[in-house]
Amino acid sequence: MFLLRRATRFALSLVLVVLASFAMLHLIPGDPVRAALGPTAPREAVEQRRAELGLDRPWPEQLRTYLGKVATGDFGESFLSRQPAGQVVADRFPATVQLVVVTVALALLVAVPLGMAMAARTHGGRGRRSELAFTSVTGGLSVIPEFLLAVAMIALFGVVLRWLPVAGKDGAASFVMPVLALAAGPTALLARLVRMETLRELSSDYVRLARAKRLPAVRLYLVHLLPNSLTATLTTGGLVLTSLLGGSVVVEYVFQWPGLGGTTVEAIAGKDYALAQAAILVYGAVSLTVVFLVDLALGLLDPRSRPRMLG
Amino acid sequence: MSRMRTPSALAGLLLVLVTLVLAVIGPWLWGAEAERFDPLHTLQGHSPEHPLGTDDGGRDLLARTLAATRQSVWLAVLATLITTAAGVPLGALPSVLGPRAARFTSGLIDSLVAFPVLLLAMFAALLAGAGARGAVVGIGVAAVPGLARLTRTLADTVAASDYVAAARVLGAGRSAILVRHVLPNIAEPLILTITANLGYALLGLATLSLLGLGVQPPDYDWGRLLHDTLPRVYVDPEVVAGPALAVALAGTGFALLGESLARASARVPVAPVAPSAPSAPRGESRTVLPPGCGPLPEAPEAVLEVRDLTVSFGGVTPVREVSFSVAPGELVGIVGESGSGKSLTALAVGGLVPHPGTVAGRVLLGGRPLAELTRRELGTRLAMVFQDPMAALNPALRVGSQLAEVATAHLGASRGQARKRAVERLGRVRLPDPEAQARRYPHEFSGGMRQRAVIAMGLMGEPELIVADEPTTALDVTVQKRVLELLAEVNETTGAAGLLISHDLAVVSQHCGRVLVMYAGRIVEELPSSELRRARHPYTRALVAASPDLETDRSRPLATIPGRQPASAEVPAGCAFAPRCARALERCRTDRPEPVDGLACWNPETA
Repeated sequence: MFLLRRATRFALSLVLVVLASFAMLHLIPGDPVRAALGPTAPREAVEQRRAELGLDRPWPEQLRTYLGKVATGDFGESFLSRQPAGQVVADRFPATVQLVVVTVALALLVAVPLGMAMAARTHGGRGRRSELAFTSVTGGLSVIPEFLLAVAMIALFGVVLRWLPVAGKDGAASFVMPVLALAAGPTALLARLVRMETLRELSSDYVRLARAKRLPAVRLYLVHLLPNSLTATLTTGGLVLTSLLGGSVVVEYVFQWPGLGGTTVEAIAGKDYALAQAAILVYGAVSLTVVFLVDLALGLLDPRSRPRMLG
Repeated sequence: MSRMRTPSALAGLLLVLVTLVLAVIGPWLWGAEAERFDPLHTLQGHSPEHPLGTDDGGRDLLARTLAATRQSVWLAVLATLITTAAGVPLGALPSVLGPRAARFTSGLIDSLVAFPVLLLAMFAALLAGAGARGAVVGIGVAAVPGLARLTRTLADTVAASDYVAAARVLGAGRSAILVRHVLPNIAEPLILTITANLGYALLGLATLSLLGLGVQPPDYDWGRLLHDTLPRVYVDPEVVAGPALAVALAGTGFALLGESLARASARVPVAPVAPSAPSAPRGESRTVLPPGCGPLPEAPEAVLEVRDLTVSFGGVTPVREVSFSVAPGELVGIVGESGSGKSLTALAVGGLVPHPGTVAGRVLLGGRPLAELTRRELGTRLAMVFQDPMAALNPALRVGSQLAEVATAHLGASRGQARKRAVERLGRVRLPDPEAQARRYPHEFSGGMRQRAVIAMGLMGEPELIVADEPTTALDVTVQKRVLELLAEVNETTGAAGLLISHDLAVVSQHCGRVLVMYAGRIVEELPSSELRRARHPYTRALVAASPDLETDRSRPLATIPGRQPASAEVPAGCAFAPRCARALERCRTDRPEPVDGLACWNPETA
């Protein structure tokens, strides 16, 4: 039941994304082809391009063609470079994935132990000063946007100290600043979440019983607390992951990272609608897939929902 | 407002005030300077005339940053208006619509929330065209799902409350309920969240402008200034400082103010058990020996020996000078109303008093103070059973492994040995098919089975003492009886002593040989269960009269005890029961009776 409901919602959302990307061209006020080619382009060129794109047909037929093309992986041609949009996306996307995956790994590796350690230190109203320091620092970090951290780091580490490369993707050193800029906010948010969840679990009865059993602290925290606090953390964590995709657009732009984000920005600014369409389709599908997978993982992690999922 | 005192809220407020003042006066004071071309000084770095340098038109960047405040804030306000106008109604819709439409709207909100805000914004900006208008619409629309979801969550909480249920019974329509009851009650957290949204809109707009998708020249906001100066960061890093700092301070100012106030208003203040003592020790509460307390004459054979046990939280002392002992194989009951200190006594015996509680007096297990026992000894010689078996087992771990870990942690058993022992113990508490039960999760167990599993867990070591704190209160009556019989049986077969804490005199008197009656943190009477009907303390008498049994005359109203037990902070000087006691003397109100021969009373019942 659970699996079915989640899968249905996932499929519906995907359809929504495809429809939205189709509708995009038609929702743009005025004539997108005219806008793309510029006011000085000859009328014949515009008409020819419209015919090439099939924009002169009735829209149900256009939708059918579009769906057929998307299903076969054909995203049309970039208005500007005339390269297949699918090809451009496929070339650029891996760099984005690399950036995001490294960021997620770092965020989880830092946030989970940090959150748990802070919970252990501050529960039951002790360690007030540590608590204040932790909440202030993470509170600040979680609202400062990526691009400001990026700019500040470029100025400090790239220009003044000259420790790290300021732009491009070239070896491990070039990952440091983009990953840090992208990871800071999500790490702070996740660490806060982990702490709140761990604190809640620490006051539960089963922890009291585990304490009565005098289990070693390592077992208490890793075996008893972690699975329970992680479930709730991942629920919000999934949303944090998708917001990383959005944040990566900005970070890629600032660091001139050869990923999909920069391409998307250029496509939108240059009115290259076909490319923008393909990029939005990919971003949308990836975000939805991540949320869906996190949902599934949660269901599997929590023994209470497992039989319902399989049955 | 006390919640303004959090440093983040204060910092936010300060930043917001400065931003708003700059938004009003900025263009007046620096507008002319910001627009003044100076072809001789273009693209300059820091200089005395231009602290932050100049742009490609020779215009002063500091003046431009300050003058851009109004534009930046104004666009953020517009975007937030869009968010509010769409988000709040959308989130409130499910509470007005019928169940089907409500579910659909909720589902829609949930799917929209899954999309990254920035991508939604870029999509909207693409449709509306790159420019200030598109950016405002994009950022405004992108925040709608988040606000809608928050509105729905808040509305759901209010809709579930009793007064809304009452209004519904009285025939109020859905819309009337929304307008009259729901919206006014969620207004405060909503407004605070919208304040925070203003900050995020400011940051989002700056992001879009930075990407070149927002404000277009000749207009400029902070993001646009960043966009123009960013390529120069490699040469003159100071030129980005103005707009970058302005965005950071203003955006985080609104976000911090809104978020920290919203959190403060949403949080139900959880009062600690007691104000923490100024010198409360850190870590697990420790046992302090009272000064001048020499070796006490103690029964050498006692499994548990408690002397002058006092537990306090700051100025409040819920357990006062409690002394008793338990012999091997003996089952002793502690009864009392809730708040009498019986559960804290049990926790103190287990060495589990939570922070910041302090424990004074002595608790000896097998003749040795708790503090001297190793973790391993405590884990195997002492077993605890708590009130709610639903909560006492870890929902994420299999029952078998929760038992087995005692053996692996304390007895040096291998996983296989520990597992075998766990299955054997589960069988001993009469769980059918223990092999299969060990593989199950707690949620697959009934309440009675869980409590059996907890008892089996206590038997994993070789317990000398089992402390059971209200072990059956959360169970059905028939299950209660069987769990109690099991405890009695374990007590008999293993020779382990038991301390059974309950508010139910019938439960205790049926199974325990000896009963300790607690009132307001003290033991007022200690007597064999068989003597309960001939109890001498008026409070014990009243308790017995208040608990019905088969011989109780049903034609007469059940006896109750008038008044209430004093809270531990307000225990009077004399006998704590005196205000409720029919036999109280003048002396009872001023002098506290010390226990003599198991009775602390100045004017005991005689017959």
